[in-house]
Amino acid sequence: MTEDTFLKVRDLKIGATAYPPGEPPKWIEIVHGVSLDLEKGKVLGLIGESGAGKSTIGLAAMGYGRGGVEISGGEVWINGRDILSGSPRELRRLRGSEVTYVSQSAAASFNPAKKIMEQVIEASVRHGKFSRSEAEKRAVSLFDKLGLPDPETIGERYPHQVSGGQLQRAMTAMALCPQPDLVVFDEPTTALDVTTQIDVLKAIKEAIADTGVAAIYITHDLAVVAQVADDIMVLRMGEKVEYGSTEQIINAPQEEYTRALVSVRSISHEEKPPTNEPLLSVQNVTARYRGTNFDVLHDVSVDVHPGQTLAVVGESGSGKSTLARVITGLLPPRDGMIEFSGRTLSPTLAGRTREDLRELQMIYQMADVAMNPRHTVGTIIGRPLEFYFGLKGAEKKKRVKELLDEIEMGDGFLDRYPAELSGGQKQRVCIARALAAKPKLIICDEVTSALDPLVADGILKLLLNLQKREDVAYLFITHDIATVRAIADSIAVMYQGRVQRYGAKSTVLSPPFDDYTDLLLSSVPEMKLGWLEEVIETRRMTSAGN
Amino acid sequence: MHPVVILIAQRIALGVLLLFATSILIFVGTLILPGDVAQAILGQSATPQSLANLREEMGLNDPAWQRYFQWLRGVLQGDLGSSLSNQRDIATQIGARLGNTLFLAFWAALVAVPLAIFLGLLAVRYRDRWPDKLISGFTLASISLPEFFLGYVLIYFFAVKWRWFPSVSTIYDSMSFWQKLDAIVLPAAVLTLVILAHMMRMTRAAILNVMQSAYVETAELKGLTTFDVIRKHAFPNAIAPVVNVVMLNLAYLVVGVVVVEVVFVYPGMGQYLVDHVSKRDVPVVQACGLIFAAVYIGLNMIADIVSILANPRLRHPR
Repeated sequence: MTEDTFLKVRDLKIGATAYPPGEPPKWIEIVHGVSLDLEKGKVLGLIGESGAGKSTIGLAAMGYGRGGVEISGGEVWINGRDILSGSPRELRRLRGSEVTYVSQSAAASFNPAKKIMEQVIEASVRHGKFSRSEAEKRAVSLFDKLGLPDPETIGERYPHQVSGGQLQRAMTAMALCPQPDLVVFDEPTTALDVTTQIDVLKAIKEAIADTGVAAIYITHDLAVVAQVADDIMVLRMGEKVEYGSTEQIINAPQEEYTRALVSVRSISHEEKPPTNEPLLSVQNVTARYRGTNFDVLHDVSVDVHPGQTLAVVGESGSGKSTLARVITGLLPPRDGMIEFSGRTLSPTLAGRTREDLRELQMIYQMADVAMNPRHTVGTIIGRPLEFYFGLKGAEKKKRVKELLDEIEMGDGFLDRYPAELSGGQKQRVCIARALAAKPKLIICDEVTSALDPLVADGILKLLLNLQKREDVAYLFITHDIATVRAIADSIAVMYQGRVQRYGAKSTVLSPPFDDYTDLLLSSVPEMKLGWLEEVIETRRMTSAGN
Repeated sequence: MHPVVILIAQRIALGVLLLFATSILIFVGTLILPGDVAQAILGQSATPQSLANLREEMGLNDPAWQRYFQWLRGVLQGDLGSSLSNQRDIATQIGARLGNTLFLAFWAALVAVPLAIFLGLLAVRYRDRWPDKLISGFTLASISLPEFFLGYVLIYFFAVKWRWFPSVSTIYDSMSFWQKLDAIVLPAAVLTLVILAHMMRMTRAAILNVMQSAYVETAELKGLTTFDVIRKHAFPNAIAPVVNVVMLNLAYLVVGVVVVEVVFVYPGMGQYLVDHVSKRDVPVVQACGLIFAAVYIGLNMIADIVSILANPRLRHPR
């Protein structure tokens, strides 16, 4: 151990008590003896899928357990003290002073009832690091450094008055304000659009370099962490898989699992040429929400061809999901029309026939809230069979089993409840439910966004296989260009309610680009060192979300 | 104009509308009551002729809507009519009674509201530990016991056994402020015990709900003490539900205290109302009903307005 090693974690064990119904409480270990070292001014990346224990380890560096989580063993040395053996009072003195935290969702982590400035300087003032006026000055200079607009006055606003990307930077300012020795960044850019992520990432990286703090950077996206970290630890199910320099992990991964993470998103899909007869044709649709006075969609026209995939990409607020609402009839358009299977669809849901409803199904981003938690998998998948085809009893059960086979889950899942499934399994059940109606078109709204990369890959492969077998068309809404590359036949790029660029995948993704498409494409983190600087250097515009 | 001003104006307009609707209900209610006012006044001495004369004199033969508007016009001018049983002006009589009721309610609220909120905060701070259980147990016990029982228990100990406070809380205009205060200690204590539990439990539940949120975790990770986290970060976001329950209980202090008034022989609105219901004194009942409705609607309107003002999204639109 060198003199500069000021964070030293030894054999850290963390767990929680579970209370299974009808059984005595039992202890479940989440992190099984992890050790790491961090020098001053260095950044350590913790990477892994959900459930790997990354956030739990990050919070343990502050002596904190979220929910019922408890640190059960090991040592965490900070500045020569084992913080786990300290009293609650000593821990409070550490938190917000020597170690600070930046969470995934700054929007939820700011108190909605208090002004931003008050929250940013709270810890500094509380721990007596700075006087109120000094802290405010420092906050303003941090706002400026992090590229926030109007650094002098933005602190006077309430959290709901600034955008998500701005809040994320304000939270970084909040973490840096008390001049800590260590900042724990917990997925600080995951909830942001790629086009916003890149700016926040740059701001964080520069702030770390300028202030010389050490940082733990937690993320599930290896390409992101490669841009900021000096060292990377790969975690899986609470255990260390691989630990080394960023260069070694990216360029020469030793472990099988790390290699899988590095090469994720390797699906390829041969583009199919458009047919003469589109299955769905959206023509000059303009739409706005009730009670508002601005259009969310302007003159949108796109086609989906039978058995093919149209990917709709864009950042949040670009109108992607609104387009889905118009197509499904949830939001009648102000202008324009929609043709489907050679007939004109009624603009309202009430005016559509059962056949219209059956042939057009939907899968959502949040699989867990799209299912009734009190229904079993069998009931959930069986419902459309009964509703559209009148299947009952043994016949229905047989078909449910076939569908479970199709989504690569056995009939052992028939009597399970959604809460007993993993995120990927839940999404598969939603896919089976959509398939049960034998639709011609499925609208997929960000169906892989909430999933870990490897799980998301599995879902995309499944969707592609199903398309081959059942000849179903997809309208695939996503903000993720990598997903688009993997599965699309044609692409519509949306920006501020307009279709910015539309055509076959190969055409849309080849230069020359318009400025927005260029920004969108270049903002997707690439698995290579120095990518961030390169992009910032060469891009032509910045996101509207900034 | 600021959107909050519009929202608040809407609330007030709605409150006034509601009050009018209630006044109609009260009027209709007294019409539906069996018996006839003239009959009630004349009692045994009624002859068909005197009944007809009295009806004519009181305008009882006019259509109902005409009588309603006459009554309403009087109410708006501060004239609540005169009592049938003793012919005295209702407004002056109620004025004194209402003053007494508000006096008692004010002191009970002054103790109960801060105490309930403080106990709620304390219960959250020591959640599931003995202080929380003690507070919950004590307040639940006090709300579960009937008010008259609580009243007599207090009288037994504090008035009869130890002779600290008077058992009868009758107050007069001639009493000094401190004498009055001394007289109402016991009924105010009973009322406090009765409304404490509801407000304390709502405070506890509302804050516990907020304690799950990410910004409370942020505050904890800033190294704040648990009590500061609750006071500075959780409570400001729990104001709306707490204020609603507080206002409901304040309304109860005005309109629901008849039992306590009877136990302590306190000359408040409740006793006045009950006396005149038994005498079938319809104008008094109408006047009391209207005042109770106004108190209820007014306090709930205040709760709504406070909730609107406590919401930063409404106060500071984007």
